Formats: sequence, C-alpha cells, structure tokens
Amino acid sequence: MGAVTPLSHPAALGPLPDLRPDLAAIAAMIEPGARVLDIGCEDGQLLQFLVRTKGVRGRGLELSQEGVNASVRRGLSVVQGDADRDLADYPDRAFDTVILSQTLQATRWPERVLAQLVRIGRRAIVSFPNFGYWKVRLSLLLAGRMPVTPTLPRSWYETENIHLCTIRDFVTLAERLDVKIERALTLDAQHRLQPIRSLRRANLFAQTGLFVLTKG
Amino acid sequence: MNASGATSATLLRLDSLPGHRLRLGPEAALPLDNGQRLAPLTLAYQTYGELNAARSNAILVCHALTTDQYVAEKHPIHGRPGWWSLMVGPGRPLDTDRFCIVCVNVLGGCLGTTGPRDLNPATGKPWALTFPVITIADMVRAQKAVVDHLGIERLLCVAGGSMGGMQALQWAASYPDRVVAALPIACSWRHTAQNIAFHEVGRQAIIADPDWCGGNYQLEGKSPKRGLAVARMTAHITYLSESALHRKFGRKLQDRQQLSYGFDADFQVESYLRYQGSSFVDRFDANSYLYITRAMDYFDLAAERGGNLAEVFRGTPVRFCLTSFTSDWLFPTAESKQIVRALNAAAADVSFVEIESDAGHDAFLLDEPEFFGTVHAFMNAVAAQNGLPTAELHNDPAAADPSQDRIS
Repeated sequence: MGAVTPLSHPAALGPLPDLRPDLAAIAAMIEPGARVLDIGCEDGQLLQFLVRTKGVRGRGLELSQEGVNASVRRGLSVVQGDADRDLADYPDRAFDTVILSQTLQATRWPERVLAQLVRIGRRAIVSFPNFGYWKVRLSLLLAGRMPVTPTLPRSWYETENIHLCTIRDFVTLAERLDVKIERALTLDAQHRLQPIRSLRRANLFAQTGLFVLTKG
Repeated sequence: MNASGATSATLLRLDSLPGHRLRLGPEAALPLDNGQRLAPLTLAYQTYGELNAARSNAILVCHALTTDQYVAEKHPIHGRPGWWSLMVGPGRPLDTDRFCIVCVNVLGGCLGTTGPRDLNPATGKPWALTFPVITIADMVRAQKAVVDHLGIERLLCVAGGSMGGMQALQWAASYPDRVVAALPIACSWRHTAQNIAFHEVGRQAIIADPDWCGGNYQLEGKSPKRGLAVARMTAHITYLSESALHRKFGRKLQDRQQLSYGFDADFQVESYLRYQGSSFVDRFDANSYLYITRAMDYFDLAAERGGNLAEVFRGTPVRFCLTSFTSDWLFPTAESKQIVRALNAAAADVSFVEIESDAGHDAFLLDEPEFFGTVHAFMNAVAAQNGLPTAELHNDPAAADPSQDRIS
C-alpha cells in the first residue's frame, strides 16, 4: 500500500489493449492516483488501464473464475467474489471511487449493493442498461416479448440480468435510499457521455444510464 | 557420546547431506512459543539463483509437512527431482534467473535442521520426546534467523503451499515490514477439526507401533516403520481427491486377473498406498512427524486477536496472492476465502484465484498451467513494482521431471 509505485517495466506486463469505449468513458472520470475498486471487473481491462495510465491503486472483485485469473495475469489485485455478499467485508471509505459497470442489474439485492457502494467509496460510479429505452419499450409493446438489444443481448431465460430497471426507477431508488446523485449522465450509442437535462427524454432515448453517487 | 550405532549412522548420513548450515549458539537461543529457549540450533537451508547486490530479490519458499529444503534439485536421499521443480527454476514462475530462492528445513524437521532426532547436548541422547513442542510461529522465527544471517532486509516474497502457506501467512503477520509479498497456497489461517483429526490418526498409528518405544526408538536401535507408514498412507489419501483416485486406479487389480479372497493388495490403489507408506519411512523421522503435525494443529493465526483475523492484518503493507484448488478438500477454497475476506476488511492488497483441478490438495505440486500462470503474473507484478526485471514464462516441459507421484 502506501504511495503508488510507478511500474518500472510496464511493457513486460503485456501490451495495453484498446479500452472498450463504455469503459473509456468511465476511465475519463477517474482521478490519477485514486484508490479504485472495480466491482465486476471482468478480465481487468479497465483496472489495468487505470493502473497503467493513471497510477491508481486498483482492486477488483469478479464473480467468474476466468475473469479473476485473467486479471491476476495482468498483474492486478483481484479477488473472486460477488457484489451481493462480499462488499460488506470492506471497511468504510476504503476507496476514493467504487465502480459498478453494467453489473447492478445482475445483483440479487440492488438496493443493498447501492448502499454498500456509497459506504465503502467516497463516491460510486454506476452504469446500467436503461430498460426504459424506446426500442426496449417498443419491442415489448409490439412483439410482446422480452427485448434482446445490444446492451441486453441475451434471452430472458439465459440472461444474468435479473433486476432490470429504467433510469427513472434508478433515480427513485437513489432518492429512497438517501443516496446523493452527484452527476446524472447517459452513454449514447457512440459511447459519449451526456448530462441528463430531461429525465423523461433520457429515460426514453438513452441505452445506458451512468450515475456518480455519494452518501447522502 | 553417541548413544548407539543406529544413532551414529543416522547422524553421519545427515551430516553428509548437501547444502548450507547456520549454527546458532547459546547466545542466539531461539525463543519458542512454549516459553523455552532452544540452543544450540542448526538450520539447514538451500538457495537457488543469485542474491542481487541490494539483496532485494530473495524469495523464501516454505516447505510442507513432509517435503524439505531440496526444492528444485535431485533429492540427496531418494534421488527424485525436487518437490517444486516445476515452480522453481530458470524461466519458471519463481524464476532463478531473476530471484534468489531460499528454503529452510523447518524447525523440528529431519533433514539437517535441529529436530527430535538430534542429540540433546545436555544429555548426550537424542531429544526424542524431550524436544520442545514447536509451532508454525517458531518455525518462522527460525527462518528469520537465516534471513537475517543472509543480510536480507526485506524478502521480495514468502511462498508456500499447505503448511508452507501457513508459514507465509505467519511471516506476513509476524514480520510485515520484512515481507513485500506473500503467496499462501492451498492453506488455511487455522487448522480445522477435521485436519486435526486426520493428524491424530497418523500420530496414534506411530505411537501404537511397539517399535516406537515411547519415542526412544533410536536408543533401542529400532524404527516404528509400520506406524509411520500407516500415518503416511492415511495422510496421502487426504492429499488426493476421489476423482483423482478414480481416474488413476478405479477398481483396477494389481498384477492379477481376479480377486484373491485374501488381504494382499488386490487393488492397485492398495499397492500404491503401501508403496507411498514404505518409501516414506526411509526419508522421514517418526518423531519429527509427531512434532510437525502438532505444530500445524496448533496453528490459529487469529487466536491472539480473539478470533478476528482482520485485526491480525490491519494496516499491513504486504501484498497477498492466495490460491486454492477446486478439488482440495483438506484445505478447501472456503478456507482461503475466509482469509481473503479478512484481508479485505483490513484494506490489504489481495488477489485470490481458485484453480480448476481434480488433483486434490497435491495440485499445488503438480503441473497446473493456470496456477503457474497466476504465480508468474503475480511475481512479475511484484517485481515490476519493486524495480526488478520481469520476464516471460518458459514452458519447457523437458526442463523438469513430469513424473508426478509427488508428495506434500
């Protein structure tokens, strides 16, 4: 722990691949040298980018064994675990930023997870697929079937997304939990971040919601 | 001064074992957890690779219950390759081209470090059961004497599986400022009731052997071979898994076409266990087995903190990487996860990987590419963070012996 030590031989730890655009949008919001926990870090792509380019003190939590192994192979500190159960183990304000990218909808207890996020992080960045997106609504309305879209690519019977919500649902939950929304954003199809000015419009036209939260 | 011919023959053979010796006199007596101070004391250790000028590239490998300091070379007694030849060597995860690997025969052991087989200078007789009961922390304290002797201010890493993993955890707990990283593998923070139970079966098998002679078999010129072999057979089962045993032996018969309707080794698995037992007694001392299993039983890292493991590691600067194996039922994944949970609560830097393997507890000694990849990546990250060179992993199966009836 202590101060961040720059990597002397970063190249030896493998090439730094291009960051997935939605992750790049999140990376742009992270301050250099911050303590970061990436929950559901998959193969560690975002964390590695943050460690290498911003010198963050990065930690990861990942459910899948393949993801954990891939992350450790990238030289990252990642443990196998799940957001529902294991966040309670971390002390208060252990991190400057806690990231939950495209994972909230796959948790068993989203409201407990949200409460944990703002407890263990000074701030939390949460992104999730917006179920209020017009194509989703239309698909349900016209076809009468659960939608399959680029952000929700799997059929209802095989998806890990068990708690889907709309942007409006999320805002309502945050209010109920007394979680403060510092920034409300959307991520458009070109992976650009846009501030939400009209909740009604965002809820209809955004595929992805992205919120910066703090403890209220 | 030697009490018998058998003793002198044993001592002669031990003195001729290759490797380094650190001898500590009464002025450097080792304080033990039981309150005694042990002196004089000999610590036998091996090194692989060169210590750099800054002495910053040392990795302490801690061996398991019945392995020893001959980590990565032909064993001087049984002649097989070192127990971690796949892990330690040039281009291997613990790379001897970049790191200096040190391994000390544990306190209470029987391959050069002082143990119950050695002579108690006060009596001129073997220590036997007058040897003090030792703990994992005592073993670590002894290792630290070697590390101090080598002038190593901070170990780059302490690595070990099974009892070696317990020692790695103990190092991090006892000397957090002397350890950069810890690699506890297939281990636990305290020995469980089930593990204590298996050890007790092994000890009782030794004690029940009439040739044990109340522990004084050296003076009597005897050796409790049958008891020690049974202890080994029992323990060996716990190192494997049902699926590994089935894959390897099934119900196949040994050198015969049909059942003998007797108590010969009809089945291959019986023959295998008998071989494991009988070959073990040639290289291990029965009293050492009692003492070292006891040390493992006594291990409970959180005992001094009222059972709160997180308190043990609060504020630790050590970087951890824990590994478990899916089919290990002796030190199952759940045990490692308890450590991870505590380290998270202590805001420690921790990685944890569970490796898919059907080889049981012994998987940490075998050719598990995913496991090697993890250790290699972790050591590269630790090396880079500490200004040491990183390297690619060389996967050269010919460089180490792949015949894998290994033992832990």
